[in-house]
Amino acid sequence: MSASSGPAATTQPAERQQWSGQIGFIISAIGSAVGLGNIWRFPGVAYENGGGAFMIPYLIALLTAGIPILLLDYAIGHRFRGSAPLAFRRLKKWLESLGWFQVMICVFIAIYYAVILAWAASFFVFSFGQKWGDDPSSFFYGDYLHLADTAGFSSDYISGIVIPLAAIWVLTIAVLALGVAKGLEKANIIFIPLLVVAFGALVVRAVTLEGAADGLNALFTPDWSKITDASVWIAAYSQIFFSLSIAFGIMVTYSSYRRRRSNQTTPGLVVGFANSSFELLAGIGVFSILGFMAHEQGIAVSELSGLKGTSLAFITFPKAISQMPSAAWLFGALFFASLFLAGFTSLISIVEVVSAGFQDKFGWSYRKAAVSIGVVLGIISVALFSSATGLYTLDVMDNWANNFCVVLSAIVMSIAVVWVLRRGRELAFHLSSLSTFKVKTTWLALIGVVAPVMLLYMFVQTVYSLVTEGYDPAYDAWFEGLFGWGTVVACVVGAAVMTALRWKHDPDRFEPWPPYAAPPARLTAGK
Amino acid sequence: MNGEAIFYMLVSMVVIWGALIASAVFLAVKPEVAKWPAGAPADGESQPLD
Repeated sequence: MSASSGPAATTQPAERQQWSGQIGFIISAIGSAVGLGNIWRFPGVAYENGGGAFMIPYLIALLTAGIPILLLDYAIGHRFRGSAPLAFRRLKKWLESLGWFQVMICVFIAIYYAVILAWAASFFVFSFGQKWGDDPSSFFYGDYLHLADTAGFSSDYISGIVIPLAAIWVLTIAVLALGVAKGLEKANIIFIPLLVVAFGALVVRAVTLEGAADGLNALFTPDWSKITDASVWIAAYSQIFFSLSIAFGIMVTYSSYRRRRSNQTTPGLVVGFANSSFELLAGIGVFSILGFMAHEQGIAVSELSGLKGTSLAFITFPKAISQMPSAAWLFGALFFASLFLAGFTSLISIVEVVSAGFQDKFGWSYRKAAVSIGVVLGIISVALFSSATGLYTLDVMDNWANNFCVVLSAIVMSIAVVWVLRRGRELAFHLSSLSTFKVKTTWLALIGVVAPVMLLYMFVQTVYSLVTEGYDPAYDAWFEGLFGWGTVVACVVGAAVMTALRWKHDPDRFEPWPPYAAPPARLTAGK
Repeated sequence: MNGEAIFYMLVSMVVIWGALIASAVFLAVKPEVAKWPAGAPADGESQPLD
């Protein structure tokens, strides 16, 4: 007999925490969705994949996969009222392991995501004197990261990273220890408007810079030849998918904190469109600055390098900031503050998934879960990512956690719910019974066919490429094996171990509301 | 900026930001269903737009 099916405890779990209201939930969900990827990934992806023409596959991806899977997450979390492991278990006992797989993904993402916030916090301070000088690349890799020549293990810990990283974990623990309404919600209600103001001010300044028009021309002039390229469509689906914080437990957990009687779908539309709206704003801001930078250097925007990811944020942007005609420090401070705020509101949502899983499984209070999990993750995060090889470890772990584990999780979730268990109609009923915007058969087709097909294509392509070519020739095979494939193995093993452990409170004493009467033909399907 | 880029930038802004505004207005006008399903559990009180 497995421990998880052992005698159930008789004590009742503590009452589930709740958001103070609908707006608190919506802002927190937007805070989770809007993250680093909105600022440093979307503009570069759009530029590389057809500019203005990219917006067509992007919008189609948003409507056919992004928002439908977001609503699937909402439906599961809200109907089964639990963290990812609890909600999936209540959906079907064996699906608990998928919930823990999602929790494990969050463990890995949290430990490396936090270090990027530590860099952003450091660069916020550096902005005031443009400490990176004339060569931001040498400063970032050399003076700041002390980056080792080769990937591996290093005991060379960088105090300039250890201190802000530890501070970020303390802040994360403090927010989560205050609970959902007083911690998560309050933090988002303060930070998200601040982010909009800071980034809005940055964009206003950016579009008035000399050369900004060249950048916007580069971003928005459509290249229609790209629209028939399958890789552009995959890029659009990937961008939407990774940007919306879907399929790794966040939205399941967040929606489980909503009251029973609460509108589900319309807030989902608001969150989905708000995330894309911020991405568009980021595209306008980032490419205005790139246009300015190209103008200053007397080159075309297409000749610039480092248009995505860490190199965009920590090398290209500092270079542009140094070239600002006036108030360069303010511009730098606004950019890195925006990066930090966007990332922090996402980080707390990621760690909350882990915390909520442990609260539900072991009956821990939210304070105990926040402190215990925050301290453990913080120590691992500092140990792995604040040394001279931290950037390499981050790069490899990020690739496998996102491109492999999250995509796999989404595929399993949609296929299990729609095809194996045939519970899609129940979830559609749940959403429609409680919402002003009803979902019908089209939603089922999107989550059951369109989204899994696109995700499966992405997944097969990723796995084939990783197996045949590896990720990056700069890394040794053992390094990619340990931190890449090792991440996948750890997620699977961790999920299996956690599933096998006994629940503090009987997770199956639960009746979903509103009650669903399955059509006669489907009464036994998937039961 | 060239005319084509301006056009596609404006279209993107109108479509995406317009969709955000439309969904937010829809939520404000109809924050919840007219009639909830019967028999909500104890924690089932309504949560109107606040």
